[in-house]
Amino acid sequence: MTIRPGFLGFRRRDGRVGTRNHVLVVPTVICASVVAERIAAATPPLGVALPHLAGCGQLGPDMRVTHETLAAYCAHPNVGAVVVVALGCEQVLAQSLADVARRHHKPVDIVGIQAEGGSLKATEKGTRIAQALAGTLAGEERVWCDISELVLSLKCGGSDYTSGLASNPTLGRVTDRLVDLGGSAVLGEIAEIMGAEHVLASRAKNPATAAGLLQVITRVETEARALGLDIRGTQPSPGNIRGGLTTIEEKSLGATHKGGERAPLEDVVGYAAPIQRKGLTVMDTPGLDVESVTGMVGGGAQVVVFTTGLGTPTGNPIAPVIKITGNSRTARGMSDNIDLDVSGIIDDTETLDDAATRLFAEVVDVASGRQTAAERLGHREFAIHRRNPTI
Amino acid sequence: MKAVLVISARDNVATALRALAPGQRIDTGGTVVIVAEPIARGHKVALQPIASGGPVIKYGSAIGTASADIPAGAHVHTHNVASRRGRGDLGVPATGLEARLAEPPDDPPGRGSDIPGAPTTMSKESSS
Repeated sequence: MTIRPGFLGFRRRDGRVGTRNHVLVVPTVICASVVAERIAAATPPLGVALPHLAGCGQLGPDMRVTHETLAAYCAHPNVGAVVVVALGCEQVLAQSLADVARRHHKPVDIVGIQAEGGSLKATEKGTRIAQALAGTLAGEERVWCDISELVLSLKCGGSDYTSGLASNPTLGRVTDRLVDLGGSAVLGEIAEIMGAEHVLASRAKNPATAAGLLQVITRVETEARALGLDIRGTQPSPGNIRGGLTTIEEKSLGATHKGGERAPLEDVVGYAAPIQRKGLTVMDTPGLDVESVTGMVGGGAQVVVFTTGLGTPTGNPIAPVIKITGNSRTARGMSDNIDLDVSGIIDDTETLDDAATRLFAEVVDVASGRQTAAERLGHREFAIHRRNPTI
Repeated sequence: MKAVLVISARDNVATALRALAPGQRIDTGGTVVIVAEPIARGHKVALQPIASGGPVIKYGSAIGTASADIPAGAHVHTHNVASRRGRGDLGVPATGLEARLAEPPDDPPGRGSDIPGAPTTMSKESSS
C-alpha cells in the first residue's frame, strides 16, 4: 500500500478544502473598512478583515475585478463564515457578496452602517454576529485531506541573486513534486515572466495555452509602451539592482524557476479568477507583491510560499504565507519574518533536493495549522489590483 | 564556498558568490578569467569578451544586450547591459518575442543535467 502525503484541513460543504477557518469580515467599500477592521479585531483569533480602498467610483473592468476579488474571498475554503459590512450607498452590493457565501454553504450576515445608525452601532452589532459565528466554527475539526487538494501560490519578492540560485529552484522542486502528486500551483506576476516566456511556453499543454500566456505578456508590454514608459523604472526594482540583478529578463528567468522544471502549464487565468486545473496555472497579476498574493489567494490558493532575497514581511488575511530565503544575512537579520533558511545551497552545505524536502514538509505542516511568521506577526496585507483610475 | 557560479554551459557570465577583487584568477573549468575590477557579491563577471550589441547569457538564455564592449573579467551590470523588454520609452513595438520562443529553454541534453533549466546544471567552479 502506498501512503500518500496529505494534510489536516477543513473540508467544506462545497467540496473544497481549507487550511484555515476564519470569520471573514468584508467591507463592501473603503467607507466600511474601519468598522470591518474593528469587528475583526474584537473577534480573536478567527476574525480577519479585508480592508480595501475601492468599492465606489469605479467603472467597467475595474469595478468587476473589485467585486470578483471580494466575492472570491467570501467563497474561499480558508473562510468558515462571513460578515459583510456595508455603508449603504456604494456600488459593491452587500447582498451579492452574501449570496456568494451562501452558495458555498457558509453562514453569513450583513451589517449596514447607515441602516444601524453609525459606526458604533454597526461595530457593536457586527461584533456580536462575528463572535457568534466564531463560536460555531470553533467546534469544527480538521480532517485528513489528500495533498492533491492543495493549491499552492508561488511568489517571490525582494529578490536578489540568491533567489534565482537557491530559494526559487527549491520552491520549483516542491511545485514539481506537488504536481506529480496531483496538486495545483499558481504563478503570477506577468511582468516577471517577461523574458522567460519561452521556458513556460515550452511546457504549455497545448498551443492555445502557450498563446494565452503570450497574450497577457504582450498586454503588459503594450501597456508600458502606451504610457511611453520604460519598465526599467520599476523592473528590476532598485533593491533588485543593488542585489546584482541587471535586467527584467534575468529576474524573470530566476523567478520562473518557482514554477518547477517539468510541471506542465495547464492554464492561464485572469486576476483572482478560479484556479480550476490540477498542475501549473499562470494568473494575470501585477508584480506588486500584495496585489499579486491577493489575486492568487482569491483564485483559490490555500497556502502561499513566498521566496525572498532581501527580506519582506507581507502576509495575507486568510492564507498562510511561508517565507523562505537563500540569503544567510537575511535569514539572520530578519529571522522574525523568515520561516525557512535555505542559504546552505549558496554556501554549498545543502542540496536543492534536501532543501525542497524540508520546504515540502513545511508546506504540509502549515497547511495543517502551524502558524507562519507572517501570521504570528499579524501581517495580513490585502490589496485589490485596480484596472482603471478612480472616477 | 565557491567564488563564482556558472549556471549553464551556454552562459557568458558568472555570478560572484563573494566579493571579487581585481587581479583575482577564476578558473571556470577550462576558461581562466582574471577579474578586472571590484565585483560585489551577487553581481556578475564576464567569462569572455562580449561585443556591444551581443547577447549577455545567464541561465542559458539572453538576459539582455551588451550596451558597450565588455572585456572578459569585467563587471556586467546596468552600466553595460540593456534590456529590450517593456521599453515603452523606445516607442517601438516589442520585438524579439517570436525569436525568444524559438530559443531552447536551456541546455540541450548532455551539456548539463537532464532536466532543462534546472540549476542542477550549475557547474560550480572555484577560484584558484
